[in-house]
Order: sequence, then structure tokens, then C-alpha cells
Amino acid sequence: MDLFVSIFTATIIAATPLIFAALGELIVEKSGVLNLGIEGMMLIGAAFGVWAHFAGLPMFVAVVIAVLAGMASSLLFGVLALTFMTNQYAAGLALAIFGAGVSAFIGRGFGSTPVEAIQPIDIPGLSNIPVIGEMFFHYDPLVYFSFVMFGAVSWFLYRTKAGLTLRAIGESPDSAHAIGFHVIRIRYLAVMFGGGMAGLGGAYLSLVYTPLWVENMTAGRGWIALALVVFAAWRPKRVVLGAWLFGGMTILQLQGQAMGLAIPSEVLSSLPYLATIIVLVLISQNRQAMALDFPVSLAQPFRPKG
Amino acid sequence: MILAQQQRALTMLFKIEARAEPSRQMALAAPLIATGLTIVISSIFFLTLGLNPFLTLYTFFVEPLTTKNGLSEWLLKASPLILIACGLSIGFRANVWNIGAEGQLIMGAITATGVGLFLPFQESGLLLPLMAVAGVIGGMAWAAIPAFLRDRMNTNEILVTLMLTYIAALILSWLVHGPWRDPEGFNFPQTALLPNQGMFGVFDYAYRLNTSIFITVVVVVLTWVFTERSFLGYKMSVGGAAPSAARFAGFSSSASIWIGLLASGAAAGLAGMMEVAGPLGQLSPQISPGYGFAAIIVAFIGRLNAIGIVLGGLLLSLLYLGGETVQLSLGLPSSIALIFQGMLLFFLLASNFLINFRFRKIAMRAH
Amino acid sequence: MLTPQAVQKLFETLRQLSDEGCSILYISHKLDEVRDLCQSATVLRNGQVTGETDPRKATSAELARMMVGSDLPEMMVESSELSNAPILSVSNLTLEAESVTGRSLKSISLEAYGGEIVGIAGVSGNGQGELAAAISGERITNAAEDVVLEGRPIGHLDAGKRRDLGLGFVPEERLGRGAVPPYELSENALLTAHRKGMVKHGMANRKKAREFASHVIDKYKVKANGPEAKAHGLSGGNLQKFIVGREIELDPRALLISQPTWGVDVGAAAHVRQTLIDISRSGQAVIVISEELEELFESCDRIYVICHGKLSQSLNRAETDVEDVGLLMTGIGSQTNDSGSTTEGFDYAV
Repeated sequence: MDLFVSIFTATIIAATPLIFAALGELIVEKSGVLNLGIEGMMLIGAAFGVWAHFAGLPMFVAVVIAVLAGMASSLLFGVLALTFMTNQYAAGLALAIFGAGVSAFIGRGFGSTPVEAIQPIDIPGLSNIPVIGEMFFHYDPLVYFSFVMFGAVSWFLYRTKAGLTLRAIGESPDSAHAIGFHVIRIRYLAVMFGGGMAGLGGAYLSLVYTPLWVENMTAGRGWIALALVVFAAWRPKRVVLGAWLFGGMTILQLQGQAMGLAIPSEVLSSLPYLATIIVLVLISQNRQAMALDFPVSLAQPFRPKG
Repeated sequence: MILAQQQRALTMLFKIEARAEPSRQMALAAPLIATGLTIVISSIFFLTLGLNPFLTLYTFFVEPLTTKNGLSEWLLKASPLILIACGLSIGFRANVWNIGAEGQLIMGAITATGVGLFLPFQESGLLLPLMAVAGVIGGMAWAAIPAFLRDRMNTNEILVTLMLTYIAALILSWLVHGPWRDPEGFNFPQTALLPNQGMFGVFDYAYRLNTSIFITVVVVVLTWVFTERSFLGYKMSVGGAAPSAARFAGFSSSASIWIGLLASGAAAGLAGMMEVAGPLGQLSPQISPGYGFAAIIVAFIGRLNAIGIVLGGLLLSLLYLGGETVQLSLGLPSSIALIFQGMLLFFLLASNFLINFRFRKIAMRAH
Repeated sequence: MLTPQAVQKLFETLRQLSDEGCSILYISHKLDEVRDLCQSATVLRNGQVTGETDPRKATSAELARMMVGSDLPEMMVESSELSNAPILSVSNLTLEAESVTGRSLKSISLEAYGGEIVGIAGVSGNGQGELAAAISGERITNAAEDVVLEGRPIGHLDAGKRRDLGLGFVPEERLGRGAVPPYELSENALLTAHRKGMVKHGMANRKKAREFASHVIDKYKVKANGPEAKAHGLSGGNLQKFIVGREIELDPRALLISQPTWGVDVGAAAHVRQTLIDISRSGQAVIVISEELEELFESCDRIYVICHGKLSQSLNRAETDVEDVGLLMTGIGSQTNDSGSTTEGFDYAV
């Protein structure tokens, strides 16, 4: 039972950075923009978060700085992809590479120095319930915030006029422009939201999860977040489900390694990546379901006519 | 009142305008503009770090090329970048996004080393060609997985190629820590050295540059012919530029997927083989300083054109070398080279905009 | 696109609005509509005002002259000998929609003989796109026999192989489907005309492609800066003339053309229509998919109507009129079939 509870809570925690980054990318892609640079933005968020922490700033401020750093880096992509109409694949990859460089530069000197992680908070009354309290009411604030963001993103996309506009822009930017929406401006906002969320996901890794700075510490989570959006067929609910699934894979393989299974650690380490591929294959079989919420104008540059 | 009028008369806007035909002058000027901007911005960056920008830029761009060893290293590093980028450009032109060349490079290196160490041709002159074939097959096989999944299973190849890169790195790690570890290697995670017959000859024993560079030259020529002259290359480009037009013409999209991925996988696998049979001589956990990813940049800097790729590869290789040089002689962190790469890539991509668009001043009518 | 009945309804509403004091700016290239609806008309050509007139008093020919700059050529429609057997036939074709927004085709049958132009009328989104893709080979049909060209089942072949056998196709989208936008016209010639000896030992012969493009430009009066001009630099009408010319120069036995005059100026439209009539009179079968009833009635010998993915019986032009076809387009029309009994044309429960 204890093992189950600890795997459960560890899964929720491991899924949190993925939820942040993937929800951000979901909004970006819903607006018709494909930003492949999540890995870079997460790294930048992680590095700036650590930098702010060691600069003596309070944890809350460090997290905000990570979000702002993620946003700023996404603007580089935005300028290339939206203003200069560069191939979005190339611009996103450039950001992924650039982010690795910048984060390594910012994080040099803090290498492997432990961070005093953000501590879990107890929810009065609830967290004392046996098992349930441990499983659901004993997390750090950012875990709860990830659920708030899930609710906010779902509500925004499907319950607000602005969300409708965003989806319309992703479906048919030309029509949206003809009606009078500022396609480019709204896409910039979406890209910045995605950058902020990726930065937050990165900060979660370096300030809570690991918690210290290591070069390339995201270890492919930015790409997995990208895969989650495809896995989710562009629907927020399935983003969270997918994140738990991959979080669970990560935790199980760590457990396996800790228990000293007679399997090479490399085999266990490859499980999350292998699972990503298998799930993607399964999910891609239903072409109609994949096409249902797919933003049709994804990765196509837009230029207002006239 | 007068001020307001003046202001109104001076109000100017810039309008972005599509050019009817792409500008040939800009096609040449854009990379120069981008390089110029990179130098200006990085100078400011160096100043803020308290460095002399002239000295730093000199150390970065010129010093590496002042010695014979520097020139040898320059070509040695450019060669795999150019080779892989050539393969990638074939797929990229057809909208086939192989982002996992790094993984295919690793697999090529593994299969080539397997042949070199464990096949009974150790003393034969056939060993090196066999290793090359093995490297090509290894890279192709690794790329065939995403090709199959995209063609038959409708699965996004970007994500699959990337995930396979992580898996390839883990396979390599397992091999060098486990079954392939050199028993006489003091427990270091590396294989035994390849036999002499399994190594490319060097031009001069003082330097590492070897004869494998001729392979890259041949591949560049083949790529140019394929993309610019062959009908198959044309068909694939149509698939990338206008998928509906390819369907209209009856060009097969699954052929594009397979050729795009297999060609890039083969090139990356060959590059992996050239690394182990060249400067490395054995497998270790870190066999590539990110050539597979950097080659993506090279392909885009070169605008997916074989000649452009040669220039892009030489430039990026110089950045690698420059990064090492500033690290050694100025004590700067190696991440600077990465930042530099990223910055240059940003500017190069942005400057391509000038080829197809222009800014035009619109003076507002004064009242 | 609206049915004629819906257009009348729209006009009533517009007239009511204008009676209530609302000024209406109506932009259209449909001369009849302008004459019907407007009190004054300004004609534009090449970005310049070429005339202002009271359209109620002017004739369509006068308005057209202002638009085109010269008199429109009279359509030459001669009667012709039909081939003994249909050149292209579709029999009982059923095809599931590819996407949720698409339209499934339900047991469609049609025939086109050499020497005639067959029209397919319908409000857009009723299965025209799917039918064109199924005939052209952009989509493979369920059975090879669904589409037959000169007695040969071709339903299982892709668009390239069907073209090899003599099936020409001009799609409604010129940029991105009929032509690759950033490519030169010579490169766009290669797209389908490569089978005219432009490929040797796997290499594309650019010189031959340029010559072919120049030939098409001259013969079909395409306004372009030579074969090096980029496709996206051409006007819609000129690119359409280039694509139509390219496909006709391949000598197809049957030519399927979808929305031939969408977004094409009046002069180019007349040119395209005359070209279609000419090739049909030289023994080829021509199928025109169009929403413009005027266009269909002007050039077609027979007309089918597509609605909700079903195709009506064929109607002889001489024996039908715009009203009938318009009703069939809405799915509430009834028609007389061969046996003389009145049957319901379509189920309209969809």
C-alpha cells in the first residue's frame, strides 16, 4: 500500500512539468502555430529559476522569473515564425538549440548545487486523512496550480469568446482576418503563453523535482510534451491523462532500477520513450478522431492580404 | 499646431510587401547581413561580459584557421555536418521531418563498429568498405522505423525520430558499459580500438583529417544532382511545396516518405561510421558532439541546397572550433558556442525573409 | 454559391434593405445579377474605372465590353457526332467521406461520350470535390470498375497512371493543386507534361519543359513574363489558361474540369469555354463540374445535378431549364426518368 501511494504521488509530481509545457503548447497549436522549441524554453526556465534562487530571491519570484524567461525566449520564435514567416519547424528547432546554449550559460556555476526545493503544503483537515490525504492533499503549490491551469485552459478554449477566436484563427486564419481579428497579434499572445508555461515546467524541474541545475536536465521532456499534444488529439483533458501515463512510466522505471531488477538500466530508461512511440502509433490509427480537433492551419505561415 | 503638422507629415510606416520574383541579390546578401548582425550583437554581448569583442571575435573566427591543425580540424568537423545535412535536405524538401539524425548516426556507428571488431575480415582490405556498408544499413534501418510508422501507421515522424534518438543513445550506453566493453580497457566504458584495416587513412600523421572527406564530396555532388536535376528529386520537392499538387499529378507520397527518411538515415549512419573509423577509433558513450542536431541547422542555413549546405557546414564547424578556442585561450564557457550558433541561425532564418519580401516606406499624406 | 431560387430570395432582401434607406455596394462579375439588382454600376478593369452606367438600361454585351475592353467572342457551338461507346463512365460509385466535413458519394453513375460536353451542376459541398477526386485518381475508388476509361477499369489507379491512359483533369484550385505556387511555369509544365518526353534516364529535361511552357503560353494566350514566371505571380485567369492548356496539350481522351471559370475574368472565361467546346467537337469527352448554371447552359450538351452526394439522371440541355436544375440542386426537385413516371430525385432527410 505504501508503495502504491508513493508511486501514485511520484507520478503526479513527475507529470506536473509535462502538464505545464503541454498545456502551453496546446494553446500555441490551437492558434495554428507549431513551436518545436519547448525543450529550449523549458531549459531556459529551469536555468533562470535556479539563477534567481541563488541570487537570493524568494521562491515565488524565482518561479515568476522563469515564466518571464520562457516567454522572452518564445518571442524569439514568434518574431521568426510570425513576423518573418520563417519555416516554423526551423524556427522551433533553432529555439531548442539556442535554449540549450543560453541555459547552459546562465546555469554555469550553479552546476549540481542543490536547491532548497519548494516544500509541499498541507491542506488543513484534508491532508490528515489516512492514505487519501497523502495521495491527494500533500503536494507543493505548483502541482495544485497545474490543475488550476488545466481548468483555466479548458474553460478558456471552450467556454469563452476569446477561446473561440483562438480556435477560429487556428482553423482558418484568412476567415478570421476577414472578420477583423488580428491573427498575428493573437498568435503572438498564444506563443508567449506557451513560452511562459514551458518556462514554468522548466522551473518545476529545477526548483522542485530534481531540485538542482544540470545541463540539459529536461532530458527530452520538451519533446514528450510535444508528443502529448498529438497524443491528446488537441484536447486538454487527454493532455493531463497522457502526462500521468508518461509520468507513471518514468516512475515505474525508476522504481525498477531502485529494486535492482535483473534488467540493464538502459532498457528501463528507454521505456518512457518507447511508450511514447507505441501510444503515438495507437492514437494515430483513428484518422478521423485525430482530424477532429486538429488546427487545420498548423505550421502554415500567415500573411494578411491587402 | 505647426509641430503637430510636422509630426503628421513625418509619420512614416513601413509596409511589408511580397516581391513578385525572389530577389537574387538578396539571396546572396541575406547571409552576409545575418553574419553582420550576429557579429554586432555578439560584440555587445562580449562587452557586457567584460571582454574585448575584437579579440574574442578574432579568437572565435580567425585564430582556428591560422594553423594547419586548425584547418584539418575545420574540415574534419565540417565533413559529417555536410554529409548529414545533405541527406536531411532530401527529406526536408519533401516535408519529411527527420529530426533524429543523431540517433541514426549512433546506430551507424554501432553497426560499423560491430563489423569492424567482430567480423572475420580483420586483416582484409574489404573491412573498411564493409564497415561503411554496415554504417549505411544501420542508419537506414533506424530511419526505416519512422518511415514505416508514418507511411503505414500515420504516425508523426518528428516525434518518432526524436524518441528513437534517446533510445539509440541508451543502446550505445548499454553496449559500451556491457557486452562490447573492452576487457583490457581498465573498465572504461568503451570498446576495443578498431583494427588498422578498419580505419580511414590520414593525410599526415600530425593531423586527424582523413580520406573519408572524399565520401562527403561525392555525396554533395550526388545530392546536388538528385535535388536540382533528377525527376525523382523534382517529384519529392513538389510533395513538399504543394502536397495537393503532388496528389493531383499522381506522385506517391509514401515514396517521398521512404526515400526522404532512408536517404537521411543512410547519410547519418555513414557519418557515424566515418567518426568511429576516423578520429575516434572506438565506441564510447559520447561519440557525437550533436552533429545530428547541428546538421539540421546546416540544412536550413544552406536553404536545403547542396552548395549552400557546404557553406553552412563550414560555418558551423568553424563555430564549433571557435567555441573550443575561446574556451582554451580565453577561458570562456563552451555554452558560448551554442549561443553563438543559435543567434546566427536566428538571424540567417530571419534574413531569408528579405529574399521574398521587401519593406517599403509609406509616407503618410500630410494634411 | 446559391441556387437561382436562393438568389431571388437574397435579392428580395437586398431590395427591402435598400427601400428602408440602406445603401448597398454590390460587387459581382455576374452581369445578369447586376442588371437585375442595381441602379448604377461602376466597371473596373486592371484597377481602373472603365465605365459608369445604369445597368438597367445597358445590355449584358455592353457591360461585358467595358469589363473586357473588347467585344466578347460569340460562342461557337456546332452539333457533333457522338462516339459509339462512352469514353468515360462511372458506374454505381460509392465512396465514404474522408473527413467529418466531407460528403460521401452514394451510387453515382454517369457517362460521357466523345464529342459532347457533360455538365455537373450543384451547390458546392454536395460531393463535387469527392467526385472529382474519385474520377481523377486523387482518390482510389473501392473497385477498379467504378471508373472506366475507354472500356478499361481505372478506379484502382493513381492520378498519374490515369493520365497516362488519357484522362485529363483541371482542378478548381489552381494554386497549390493545379500548379505549385512558388515554381516557374516551366517547372509547372513538368508536373503533368513530363510524360511528353521531358524525362530521360531519370533526369528532368529543363529545356524541353521550357519549350513546352512557351508553347502553351503562346497558344492559349497566357499573359506571363515567359516560362520563367512564377505561378503565384500570374492572375487567376491566366494561370487557369496555362493549366487548361497544359492538360489539353497532353491530348486526353476525356477531360474533367472543375469550376473552369472560378475567379477568372470574363475574357479568359470565354476563352476557356470556347477551348472546351473545340476539343469536345474534335471527338474528346469533356466533363465540366460547375456551380454557374449560366456557364453550364451555355456550353454543355447534357447536365447532371449532384445533391447530397447523389447524382440525378442526365438532362438534355434542350429539354430543361434553369428552374428545373435549380430545384434539383436544392434536393426538392422531381424529375422524369426514362420510363416517364415521376420519381423523387433525392432523399432530403440528410
